[in-house]
Amino acid sequence: MGKQETNVVDVRTPRVSIAIPQGEKGDNGQAGAAKEKPLKMRTQGVNVFYGDNQALSEIDLDIRENEVTALIGPSGCGKSTYLRCLNRMNDTIEGCQVEGTVTLDGENIYDRTVDVVHLRARIGMVFQKPNPFPKSIYDNVAYGPRIHGLVSSQDALNEIVMTSLTKAGLLDEVRNRLHEPGTGLSGGQQQRLCIARAIAVNPEVILMDEPCSALDPIATARIEELIDELRKNYTIIIVTHNMQQAARVSQRTAFFHLGVLVEFGDTERVFTSPRDERTQGYITGRFG
Amino acid sequence: MTVSHMSTSKLTAASLHRRHAVEKRFRAYGVVAIVTALVFLIILLSSMLSKGYSAFFQAQIRLPVFFSQDVIDPKRTNSSEIIARANYQILVRNALKARFPDVKKRREVKKLTMLISRGARRHLRAMVAHEPSLIGTTQEVWLLASGDADMFLKGAIPRDIPEKSRRINDRQIAWLNALEEDGASRRRFNVNFFTAGDSREAEQAGIWGAIVGSALTLIVTLILSFPVSVTAAVYLEELSTKNWWTDFLEVNINNMAAVPSIIYGLFGLAIFLNVMHLPRSAPVVGGIVLALMTFPTIIIATRASLKAVPPSIREAARGLGASPAQVVLHHVLPLAMPGIFTGTIIGMSRALGESAPLLMIGMVAFIVDIPQGLFDPASVLPVQIYLWADSPERAFVEKTAAATLVLMVFLVVMNATAVVLRRKFEKRW
Ligand SMILES: Nc1ncnc2c1ncn2[C@@H]1O[C@H](COP(=O)(O)OP(=O)(O)OP(=O)(O)O)[C@@H](O)[C@H]1O
Ligand SMILES: [Mg+2]
Repeated sequence: MGKQETNVVDVRTPRVSIAIPQGEKGDNGQAGAAKEKPLKMRTQGVNVFYGDNQALSEIDLDIRENEVTALIGPSGCGKSTYLRCLNRMNDTIEGCQVEGTVTLDGENIYDRTVDVVHLRARIGMVFQKPNPFPKSIYDNVAYGPRIHGLVSSQDALNEIVMTSLTKAGLLDEVRNRLHEPGTGLSGGQQQRLCIARAIAVNPEVILMDEPCSALDPIATARIEELIDELRKNYTIIIVTHNMQQAARVSQRTAFFHLGVLVEFGDTERVFTSPRDERTQGYITGRFG
Repeated sequence: MTVSHMSTSKLTAASLHRRHAVEKRFRAYGVVAIVTALVFLIILLSSMLSKGYSAFFQAQIRLPVFFSQDVIDPKRTNSSEIIARANYQILVRNALKARFPDVKKRREVKKLTMLISRGARRHLRAMVAHEPSLIGTTQEVWLLASGDADMFLKGAIPRDIPEKSRRINDRQIAWLNALEEDGASRRRFNVNFFTAGDSREAEQAGIWGAIVGSALTLIVTLILSFPVSVTAAVYLEELSTKNWWTDFLEVNINNMAAVPSIIYGLFGLAIFLNVMHLPRSAPVVGGIVLALMTFPTIIIATRASLKAVPPSIREAARGLGASPAQVVLHHVLPLAMPGIFTGTIIGMSRALGESAPLLMIGMVAFIVDIPQGLFDPASVLPVQIYLWADSPERAFVEKTAAATLVLMVFLVVMNATAVVLRRKFEKRW
């Protein structure tokens, strides 16, 4: 832990406590420290502003390797904003300003020496709305490996495309139409194509922004299975509006409200005995 | 509850009638607008066609020409140089005199020879150069009628107007009628119009020089304006962050689009001719000037089509770790291409139809030779039309209309290409 902190350049008052969200009294999911997985990402004192509007304030969150972390909260509370901080997708939004530190394996990703291209190869993203390129299914998946120069031969590329499609549970449906446009797939298939495209780069972390919001229950179930499967090799952070989904797929849950992190802990604990009444209210459907 | 439902339904029914009426009127306005536009287009096209189609045909007159040894090569040198320098106009005159032996007076003979194009001697010279054995023989030769005779034979000069106000007098009409009765006049497709450069003689004037001039000019325009405008648009739209500087650029680009084209001509005159001393009337200068004029059109069209590419595509590429250049080159630009092509072709067709700025840099000169390169003096189609429209002879009126038709054909071809390219490259998502 200490080793990681040396790399962190905090712009504001250094924080001693580790990942204790505001409004929290006790521990935050550190119960059962014995089976604690190693830390993958950590955000400390993150503030995000859109112009003069503060969208997030003082977010401290730890993300552990090979776990699924669910971000829940009412619409507009800053979940997507937080997610975009993790791979610096906020950089290109005009007027958006990020303060604080976000570390990946102990290295501050907002450090000037960090190359976003390399960073995004390590942290993949699946968007809320499926957004395949208007190219063939094959080219969609092959695009990442190609631009990052991950392969030297056509065979190796084929291999990556096939395994990615298999992992995303899409191969059987598209085996015979790999060279047809990815935009011709159904919504659920497109979303799995986007997942295949993200994992083809073999990232360490995958960010998913409401990946199932446009899908029917069967396609949703497939993607949930997939997420559970992917957890073995990747660290996953998922935004969802679906409480059951968060409960089903995640190991940790973070509840955001009005730009602050209200509660963060083991999913089971958060859903069975929430400590904050806002969390309680939200998960029982009283507001949000 | 029921009561309020009832009244809602009644109110809706009442307003429905009014809404349908508005709907119908709205459609009717659209139809009227389209029909008006079509009518104007048809009037324009049919007037050009009716005036111009006759320029695509040309009258010829058959004469028995005696290739006299005494005229062509009196000393029998057989030297091709001497043969080339001979006065073939004498052959034409002699042939006419032989056909109408009762014409004796000098002035009458002159009127007679004015029926045949002055290009006829070149034709005869070419015949002899090609076949020297013709010397000493008499051949039936189809010669180009002069512009005025051509007009008469095509029926463009009504016979009932007084002699003074036509360019062809009663004697000449009598001669032409005699030739026509003999079957010694005919009408042929006017190949010359499409292969020759400009000329003072209407019957010899062609449009090829202007077509080549336009092509050379537009090549320069395209080569300069397309890459520069697209790069500028990509920079402004995709790479730069918005600040006062990009706003300033944007205002200026939109301004450039509104500057009257003659100003570009004045600028070209001041900079390229007076300061840089580039050649006058040259396609290279015309191309640069038109490129300046075309920049804003292509930049604005390119920016519009870049804006139309959904942001989700950029996010997807960025999220995979594509660099800004890769996002643009691999995704955004290919998707924007149909719009960019359309904008470019619209810009180019505007450049093709532009004459005012080219007048300023001397492309209005009378140029007979077909330009061979970017630095040769040249004219362009719209300027050629302007020049011919300014010529008093009746024969140039139909040339003007015919040249306009040719220009319109080029415009239609270009715009059709834009549509085809658009269809071909358009992708749906
Ligand atoms: N590009 C932007 N420019 C300005 N304000 C923004 C921008 N994106 C988000 N915001 C603001 O930031 C706040 C958080 O937005 P965010 O998209 O992170 O919410 P969210 O939790 O993802 O909501 P949802 O569940 O509806 O997707 C909102 O108040 C929103 O209006
Ligand atoms: Mg969101």
